[in-house]
Amino acid sequence: MSDIAIEVENLSKAYQIGQIGTGTISRDLERFWTTKIRGKEDPFLKIGETNDRSKKGTSDIVWSLKDIDFSIKQGEAVGIIGKNGAGKSTLLKLLSRVTSPTTGEIKVMGRIASLLEVGTGFHPELSGRENIYLNGAILGMRKKEITRKLDEIIDFSGVERYVDTPVKRYSSGMYVRLAFAVAAHLESEILIVDEVLAVGDAEFQKKCLGKMGDISKGEGRTVLFVSHNMAAVKSLCSSGILLENGLIKSRGGVDEVLNVYTSNADDVNNVVSWQREKAPGDSRARILSVSIKSEDNIFTIEKDLFVEVVFENGIDDQPLNVSMSVFDEKEVYVLSSPNLQRPPLKKGIYKSVCKLPKDFLNTGKYYFTFLLIGNNYELIVQLDKVIAVDLEEEGLNRGNYFGYWAGTVRPYLKWDNFPVIENQDGFQ
Amino acid sequence: MMNKNNKEDWDLVIKGHTSLFDLKFDDLWRYRDLLFMFVKRDFVSFYKQTVLGPLWFFIQPIFTTIVFTFVFGNLAGISTDGLPQYLFYLSGITAWNYFSDCLNKTSTVFRDNASIFGKVYFPRLIMPLSIIVSNLIRFAVQLSLLLCMMAYFGIKGADFHVTYAIFLFPVLVLMMALLGLGAGLIITALTTKYRDLTFLVTFGVQLLMYGTTVIYPLSAAPAQYKSIIELNPMTGIIEAFRYAFLGKGEFTVWSIGYSAVFTIVILFLGIIIFNKTEKNFVDTV
Repeated sequence: MSDIAIEVENLSKAYQIGQIGTGTISRDLERFWTTKIRGKEDPFLKIGETNDRSKKGTSDIVWSLKDIDFSIKQGEAVGIIGKNGAGKSTLLKLLSRVTSPTTGEIKVMGRIASLLEVGTGFHPELSGRENIYLNGAILGMRKKEITRKLDEIIDFSGVERYVDTPVKRYSSGMYVRLAFAVAAHLESEILIVDEVLAVGDAEFQKKCLGKMGDISKGEGRTVLFVSHNMAAVKSLCSSGILLENGLIKSRGGVDEVLNVYTSNADDVNNVVSWQREKAPGDSRARILSVSIKSEDNIFTIEKDLFVEVVFENGIDDQPLNVSMSVFDEKEVYVLSSPNLQRPPLKKGIYKSVCKLPKDFLNTGKYYFTFLLIGNNYELIVQLDKVIAVDLEEEGLNRGNYFGYWAGTVRPYLKWDNFPVIENQDGFQ
Repeated sequence: MMNKNNKEDWDLVIKGHTSLFDLKFDDLWRYRDLLFMFVKRDFVSFYKQTVLGPLWFFIQPIFTTIVFTFVFGNLAGISTDGLPQYLFYLSGITAWNYFSDCLNKTSTVFRDNASIFGKVYFPRLIMPLSIIVSNLIRFAVQLSLLLCMMAYFGIKGADFHVTYAIFLFPVLVLMMALLGLGAGLIITALTTKYRDLTFLVTFGVQLLMYGTTVIYPLSAAPAQYKSIIELNPMTGIIEAFRYAFLGKGEFTVWSIGYSAVFTIVILFLGIIIFNKTEKNFVDTV
């Protein structure tokens, strides 16, 4: 019991969606009447349903979190992951006491410092130094504590030269550096961090991650880290919590949880197949199924993908080939690849497989279009964006960068360095 | 039994429903440094990039006094209980300003700070308290103006005198602050849901000034309205303030006692409502 830092029991949070304001007085009165005077359950909480944005609900109460239970050990670094709207931010808000739970409770051992945003309360007119004090105090530091750490904070931020300049004159990068520096020096047993790493340049990100690593591993403090960035979660956290529609979908070691997430995140069609009579095509040829596979059917950019097209040839000695086109979410035409081998085929069922090599596509969704081409290059079947794949990443080829990796494709390319000047002074 | 033991072991228990009277004053004390940071921030940001800087603290009461003297003293000819008009109005305005500033600023606390409150926890009561203290600086500056005017009129031999009630001065200031705070807390809690109140407050406070003895002495009020004016808790405070500094005004233990009780009730109610709202206001604002 003594080594548990946070214990969450039956935690729920309901939100009212839609208009707030109209009819609230009469509703409030009704609510007051049933709950306080007659001592019954709140009628407006009963009609709630689980939080699924894609379905239209019937009530205007939504459970952002529903009966969550978990505990976190001291010194554990936990990654909280999940899709948008899964309840991550709500959980953070509850833990950092910005809002309070509808039911259930959270028990905490030690001081919590939460970083839902960097630079909360920074005042543009005040100098860097004054803002360090202000921001530190907002985050719960005593004045003496800040004074003791002032040099360290200024040093970490790297804005020493401008520390007496009003922060409104700062570049956004300097602003963020200073803000993170304050937060990184909080003396709390538990640190809650929302995706603050999305800001700043690569060098500073590295510094932040390093600092967070020190905090969890070196100093043995508990860290809760919320991120969309699988790679950062993997490198920072030892265990994970996967939220889905306000429920805990998985809790355990970070690899295990990330695997559930990546196999689960794929809510697009990987496989489409047809009964023989209804299959697209005609008596010449039909496509029976198209699918995307990987060795374990978890789709990440670090794995080979295999695209399979099963088709039936209806005419003897007919040359047939499949052609594939790939589009990304922004409708960008990424590539097309026809099967250039067109041997004449006997009647029967055949399978064409195309390997999309690993370290080639970027993360996100890709849509696949297929053509089946027959004799004299006649188009027999066209299937537009019939299947798709949603790629995650394991973060194997990132170096120390954890920000957004831009590009339609993301091939892992080889770089080499060669000396150009054979001079000792030129390169050191 | 088991449960009870557990509770004592945790540093913090976050729950949905807590007792109405769990006001978390210990938390407030732990964050006292933050209060002074906010005060400093308000003060510094107020005069940064202004030409006249803190001089602005003087300009508002001076001009208001001049206008009041002209309109109510000269045009309308309202009595000032035999006091020099400038002193009479300035004393009323100084006290009233402090109260109304406290009330106006605290009544928009939730709305003005929604972005900070939505991102980080600290005892929310720190914010309105810092407003009270910030305004105290402004009040002190304006009070020094009143003292200068008193010295000037004193040398000229005007008919007024400081009375023993001056010892009540800190209590009077505290009462004005807490009354403004309490009423402000109630209003800001209600405005998170019912925005309409904001409009009511802005002109309501202005109108309330005319229901207080700022521009006329209580002694000059018509008998049929007098009891209504006395119901206003600020009347007792302003009358006592004027009596303390200038020696004129209807200062009784009853009137000041009534104001004190009223203040305590409003303050207590305000803190309870504020704490209740504070927990979930982020969801509705």
